[in-house]
Amino acid sequence: MDIEDAPLIYGLELQARCLCPQAAETNYTRFLVATQSLRQENQVHLITFDDENNQLEKTIFPHTSGEVWHISSSCNDVSLFSTCFNHIAGGDIRSGCKLWRLPADQCNETVTDSLNQPNSISEIGELKSDEVRSVSHVLWKPIEDDSQVMSLGSGQMHLWDIMKAEPRLIRVFKLPEKKGHPCPVTNGKWNPHHGAKQFAVATNQHIIGWDVRGDAEAFRIENAHGQLVRDLDFNPNKQYYLVSCGDDCLVKFWDVREPTAPVSVISDEHSHWVWSARFNPFHDQLVLSCGSDSRVVLFNKASLSSEPFGHLMDEDEDDLGSEKEPPKDGLIEIYEEHEDSVYAVEWSSADPWSFASLSYDGRVVINKVPKKVKFDILL
Amino acid sequence: MTTPKTEMDVVGNNSRQSHKNMLKMYYATDLPQDQSNFNPLDIDSPTFQADRYLKKLKQEKSLAELMEAENDMAKQIRTLDSDMQTLVYENYNKFISATDTIRTMKRDFREMEKEMVKLTSNMAAITHLNSQISSTMQGNRQQINKLVGVHSVLKKLQFLFELPSRLKKCLATKSYAAGVSYYLRTKTVLQHYQHMESFSGIEQDCSKIVAEIITELKKTFYDKDSSAQQLADCVGLLLRLGEPADLLCEDYLEHAKHKLDEDLQELESYLKVDKATVDKSANASSDGGLYIDVLEFIDRGSNGFLSNLSLTITAYENLFIKQIEITAISSAMVGQMTPLFISEEVSKVASMKLAKFVEDLLQVYFTLVENRLVLEKRSRDNALVVRALDRFYRRLQATSNILADSDIMVHGEGIIVRMIKARCEHYRFALKDFFTDCLTDIRHTISAPNTVSGKSSPASLNLLDLVNSTASALLNQVKSVLADVQLFTVRDINFASLPYFRKEFPCEDVREGIIVHFVHYISETLRSFCDVSSAARLVASPPTVLLLLSKLCRDFEQSTIAYLLTLTDEQFLISSKDRTTDITSLTAEIGETAQKLLEGYVQSSGVSVSRMIRTSIEARDWLKCVEPRQVRAVMRRVVEEITQTDQQVGSLYEEGTRKARSSDSSKRTQTYQTSVSRQRERGHWGVYAPSSNMDNSLLSNIQKLFSERVDVFGPVEFSRTSVLTGVIKISLKTLLECVRMKTFGKFGLQQLQVDCQYLQLYLWRFVSDENIVHTIIDEVISSCLHRCIEPAAMEPSVIDVICERG
Repeated sequence: MDIEDAPLIYGLELQARCLCPQAAETNYTRFLVATQSLRQENQVHLITFDDENNQLEKTIFPHTSGEVWHISSSCNDVSLFSTCFNHIAGGDIRSGCKLWRLPADQCNETVTDSLNQPNSISEIGELKSDEVRSVSHVLWKPIEDDSQVMSLGSGQMHLWDIMKAEPRLIRVFKLPEKKGHPCPVTNGKWNPHHGAKQFAVATNQHIIGWDVRGDAEAFRIENAHGQLVRDLDFNPNKQYYLVSCGDDCLVKFWDVREPTAPVSVISDEHSHWVWSARFNPFHDQLVLSCGSDSRVVLFNKASLSSEPFGHLMDEDEDDLGSEKEPPKDGLIEIYEEHEDSVYAVEWSSADPWSFASLSYDGRVVINKVPKKVKFDILL
Repeated sequence: MTTPKTEMDVVGNNSRQSHKNMLKMYYATDLPQDQSNFNPLDIDSPTFQADRYLKKLKQEKSLAELMEAENDMAKQIRTLDSDMQTLVYENYNKFISATDTIRTMKRDFREMEKEMVKLTSNMAAITHLNSQISSTMQGNRQQINKLVGVHSVLKKLQFLFELPSRLKKCLATKSYAAGVSYYLRTKTVLQHYQHMESFSGIEQDCSKIVAEIITELKKTFYDKDSSAQQLADCVGLLLRLGEPADLLCEDYLEHAKHKLDEDLQELESYLKVDKATVDKSANASSDGGLYIDVLEFIDRGSNGFLSNLSLTITAYENLFIKQIEITAISSAMVGQMTPLFISEEVSKVASMKLAKFVEDLLQVYFTLVENRLVLEKRSRDNALVVRALDRFYRRLQATSNILADSDIMVHGEGIIVRMIKARCEHYRFALKDFFTDCLTDIRHTISAPNTVSGKSSPASLNLLDLVNSTASALLNQVKSVLADVQLFTVRDINFASLPYFRKEFPCEDVREGIIVHFVHYISETLRSFCDVSSAARLVASPPTVLLLLSKLCRDFEQSTIAYLLTLTDEQFLISSKDRTTDITSLTAEIGETAQKLLEGYVQSSGVSVSRMIRTSIEARDWLKCVEPRQVRAVMRRVVEEITQTDQQVGSLYEEGTRKARSSDSSKRTQTYQTSVSRQRERGHWGVYAPSSNMDNSLLSNIQKLFSERVDVFGPVEFSRTSVLTGVIKISLKTLLECVRMKTFGKFGLQQLQVDCQYLQLYLWRFVSDENIVHTIIDEVISSCLHRCIEPAAMEPSVIDVICERG
């Protein structure tokens, strides 16, 4: 393997299951990872991948509120992020969700060796309301200069405004129940198209899209997977298309206008539950998935891509171009650096070719798209 | 010593030579032959030269020899002389007798001359008399001639005058043939002398009567009951009377058509009834009197329509095509002006008319037959259909033999081939239906005891019997279809000799169309059961069905398919180069299906166990558990379920290979104890020394490096242990993932320890490699320790006690 293609591995000291890219950052390949430990102080790691030197720079912040189950970052402000956490108090599990701000100098260009001068993240607010019993996920609205977040928890969706210091609950959406019990919600996602008027959640075996302006379902994919749907992601460049994955080891592609059958299914690569699937934000034919079979899989789904084949070709290159085969769908690579279940995989928000994956044993792996694939897409 | 040569000798020699030559010429002896024997030294040769001979003798021989030669020569000369003398004497006698004979002849001739003179004078007298007589008779003879002529004219005239009455008499006695011949004989005369009044009168009378005759004839002609012979006579007469042949043909055919149309209508009425009956076969008995089966239909068609048609064709040919020729010949003989080519033209027209006529009618008939046959497309009684087709074909062949150059056989063959193709298609569908029925039966059989008597009986249901009975039912069905289809090619079936049956039928329609297609269908249908992308599959087919079907496919792969194809190839004599789809690809396809079904079975049983485990973990508050007293009931059910799965699989599949395993359970407990103690140790370390966490994860990573990677939803082999290993892996992995999502209190951890120990106690025996169970269970425990706020593990001895009690 080319040395530049070699993965970078970073070991956390504690178990971890949540990872997110620093969504507003466009210059650096940065990821946030939060640990999950019941008995030790948890941490939030800010990892910066230095592409030129092929090195990782990391900053560790203590997270004192409890074990982190979900982390996500603002799409507008580089320094803002949120964590959803549990902590034990008096023999009971308490869950909470807080908004944090990174220390200012961490967002600047000069990343100093922060281990020497321990910084800390500052809490700027907590999503808390009498109507909200628990928050398991927080999703920042992917619209510029917008200050709304959606939280998920105990069978409900909550829309918050975080403009002011104290987050304000705007609206509560009640998710469908099954036999009187709230269905487990595994994840949710804003639809980035049309000014993010839709929000989709994965609950049980279904995917339900809501129109957040009113209290109405926009679409519903019944029985999207044979078992639990674990995750979903909207194609950032091609409206109506989304990817979902679940406990039936499948990754499915959907057109939400046609919810009866998937557009395409990837069935052979995972041998256990698929926990996460992500479109590359720049070249959406690249799709990542990871699962509890300790694998990270990179697919090429050119047939569903927003980039039609050959639209970049100049007319002078016709001779060369005609020899080129149209790209085919297929597996690009299986990454097997993990030895435990991989619960999260994320593309970098700055570099279209880098991505990070996190396994339960706390191992973060930064990988790159193979050069050949990269050149095939670019040229 | 030498014979002195005298002048005489030379002369004599010369004259002798010339005589000899003359004789030679007379006897035409071959000169060239002599020349070839030219040897002047040979004493017998004609070219003998005495001088040279002598010279040679003198040169070559000694004196004694010469003396001897001389003696010899003299002796020879003497014998020759005596010979000559006897010859002369004999010939002399002959010569004398010849002279005598000539002398007597001379005497006789003189007498003869006298007689001859007498004869000449007599002859002259006769001639004279003769001329005298003839001159006297001259006058009378001319008169007699004239009188004879007058007599014949008068006779003819009398005939003419009598003609009308004669014709009338003929009309009355119905001897039309005589009348017509009378009329025809006189027709020209009458026409010739038309200008004379009396003749024209007669002619008119005659024409009137002949017209009557014609009408009479036509009446016979159109009469339905007139026999063929009568008709033939009629037509012959009419033709001779100069009726236009094509009109007659048309009339005749028109006439025949009525009759045939009736036959066709009858058939059509049957067809309607049959259609109605087939459509609602339930109440067939209500009007069963009218219903006739296909064989009878064909029978009636052949007996009624086809035989009538054949009769018509034969009659027509006799009447027209042959009659026209006869008439033409006869009229040509009489000298009437019907040139032969015109009659040929007419008969050509006549045949064309016939051909068209037959074609039209057959078209209708074929449509009827085909419509009737379509009704038989789904018939159960193939033998009947075959017989009907065969009869149809035979009758058609008979008909086509009568009609020389027509393409009715092509149509007929077309109908038969179409019908057979339709039957093959029917069988294809019938097989599919049968297979679908089989599937439904299987489902019923499997689900029935479940609903009736709950959990205990499905295990007692003998799956192997069900597989075998289903397989043999399918096999028998295919065999019976093959047997049915084979009826088409039985030797005594006439149409089996069509070229279609040589290659296309056995290869395309039977082998590919029925057998191979069926196998593909089975494979496709079953694959759709375990198609991962169809969301409803788990609902659609219970796992036991998948297991059973996988065994079925496995059997098919191992023997049935090959057997079926070989059987087909043998029965239909398909040569190996015509076998489009070969056996191996088919068996491979079915084998893959079996594999997929088995994997589907593993998945769905795994998932159903997983579901139990997941609910049991998720629904419980592990933080506030009470101290464990027993194994949770869910775990017992899990073990029960897996045991049941094991029984099901065991009834169908072989045991499979196992890794060498420790047979005594104490050792397992031992390993477990050590792992627990190790974990407990680790847990304490975790509590008191956070810095050691790196080592901790390192430890578990190292542990993982040495344990094999577990592919949870991996490929499965066709064996009991492999299947069970698959199910157990899926279940335990679910347990692991669920545990990681929860938070445990002290007693929660202990309860889970108890549960895991219980599972380990009962599950190890099912799997091929018990380390898999150990590895995953260890991981579950270690994950649980991580998720525990107060990691205080239970004493292994206590766990053992609880498990044994449970």
